[in-house]
Amino acid sequence: MIHLSNVSKTFQLKGQSLDAVKDVDLHIEKGEIFGVVGYSGAGKSTLVRLLNLLEKPTNGTVKIADYEMLKLSNRELKRARQEISMIFQHFNLLWSRTVRENIAFPLEIAGVSKAERYEKVAELAKLVGLEGREDSYPSQLSGGQKQRVGIARALANEPKVLLCDEATSALDPKTTNAILDLLHDINQRLGLTIVLITHEMNVIQKICSRVAVMEDGSVVEQGNVLEVFRHPQEEITKSFVKQLTDPEDSNQAIEEQLEQEKGTVVRLTFFGDDAEKPVVSELIRACNVTVNILQGNIANTQDGSYGSLFVSIEGDAAQLNEAIEFLQDHQVEAEVISRA
Amino acid sequence: MLENVDWDNMLGATWETLYMSGVAIFFTFFFGIALGLILFLSSKGQLWENKVVNSITSAFVNIFRSVPFIILIILLIPFTTAILGTMLGPNAALPALIIGSSPFYARLVEIGLREVDKGVVEAARSMGANQGHIIFKVLLPESMPALVSGITVTGILLVSFTAMAGVIGAGGLGDLAFRDGFQRNSPDVTLVATVITLVIVFILQGIGDVLTRNIDKR
Repeated sequence: MIHLSNVSKTFQLKGQSLDAVKDVDLHIEKGEIFGVVGYSGAGKSTLVRLLNLLEKPTNGTVKIADYEMLKLSNRELKRARQEISMIFQHFNLLWSRTVRENIAFPLEIAGVSKAERYEKVAELAKLVGLEGREDSYPSQLSGGQKQRVGIARALANEPKVLLCDEATSALDPKTTNAILDLLHDINQRLGLTIVLITHEMNVIQKICSRVAVMEDGSVVEQGNVLEVFRHPQEEITKSFVKQLTDPEDSNQAIEEQLEQEKGTVVRLTFFGDDAEKPVVSELIRACNVTVNILQGNIANTQDGSYGSLFVSIEGDAAQLNEAIEFLQDHQVEAEVISRA
Repeated sequence: MLENVDWDNMLGATWETLYMSGVAIFFTFFFGIALGLILFLSSKGQLWENKVVNSITSAFVNIFRSVPFIILIILLIPFTTAILGTMLGPNAALPALIIGSSPFYARLVEIGLREVDKGVVEAARSMGANQGHIIFKVLLPESMPALVSGITVTGILLVSFTAMAGVIGAGGLGDLAFRDGFQRNSPDVTLVATVITLVIVFILQGIGDVLTRNIDKR
């Protein structure tokens, strides 16, 4: 659906050149939710704007659906953009228009008649859960509702691709989840391809099937979300995965416990179905050790679960080795953090 | 008290002031927005970014804004006689009024347009909007409260300009106050003309405030 090859973007600023995006290759399939994660300044906002040509690439080719984006005339580009819509971190609604008029805006641009516009708006308002709020102005809505208007507006022209530029970054965690659920629902129902950029790994974990990690303008790692979670290759990817499994406050708690622990502290990492098996109780029975659970965490991705568990194991050296072997036999990664 | 006031004359002069101000406000609104749009759109990073156009428009606006109005009227006498055939009466004041106030309003329009959220323009572009859509469906509606409060300020300026235009025989309250009030030494005429002018200004400001409040949905 989306093919980027060797795409670069260089900005010229006061005689200095800044490589915002360097040599990016991406292939995004029809109907998938593809995430791009990176810290701010990594070039992800520029990358997403290269897709609908809000920024013109310095190099490379961009192909979306059947459009060779860089070969389109001005007029054709405007037509193509109606099929590649976008939602924004700060919603970017027109405050001078009501919810209804905001959702109808892209239809006005596309030249749809007034009667048809209002029919379509009613349908969209229902889809995003804004029925009854059509006559409100954006200033009267909450952040989550504003983003729902943004989504309805983005869907108005029945696009093939939806680009989400930090769409949940200005929202609280609960609202973020509701908006992500809505995006997932739309993806399932309409078969829309979604490209989502974010700096929050939990957004990727919650709805993306594949992910690309960006650092300093380049895509340093990409693949299936669960795969990337399981075997992060780059330092930056590891730090993103850690956002989910080792929340900072609990790390501190672990460290405090480590000082008092008598046993060997091991970090277990579970993937997919294994995360749901009673491995720990089997371990206690099979190796005859005492296991004390210190802290645990589980994250659900689109392809399965990913969990981490800190345990302290008490036993003699032989028992310990046996225990670690047992865990590895059961597809659980075990990493010894501190020995007794 | 008020023994020198000829109320028929006063009423006639009031109408002349209202007529000159009204017509001038109407044209200033359109010319000012057009000029303001050119100033804004030709500036750096905007749709029609163009240094030459921007410098020329900017210079034009600055020059006409700096020339004192009373001198502008005199400078424009040949122009006025050429297009209207006369330099007397309320109509003859209009070219000077419009040319004098449009550049002022254009700067206010430019400021208003700069306040429009760039993200909203970007959103419109992402939907495939063309320049017409961006100007008429985004920039102007989104800056409307600033445009209306700007025309209110300009309108009040225009009322005082009409009084000055009286000096060249344009008619109106300024003319009456100067000729009947000052030259014939009847301060009561000047007083009444002043009070009426103040009332006109207050009413204008009131209308502007109400309109601005009603369109501003932020």
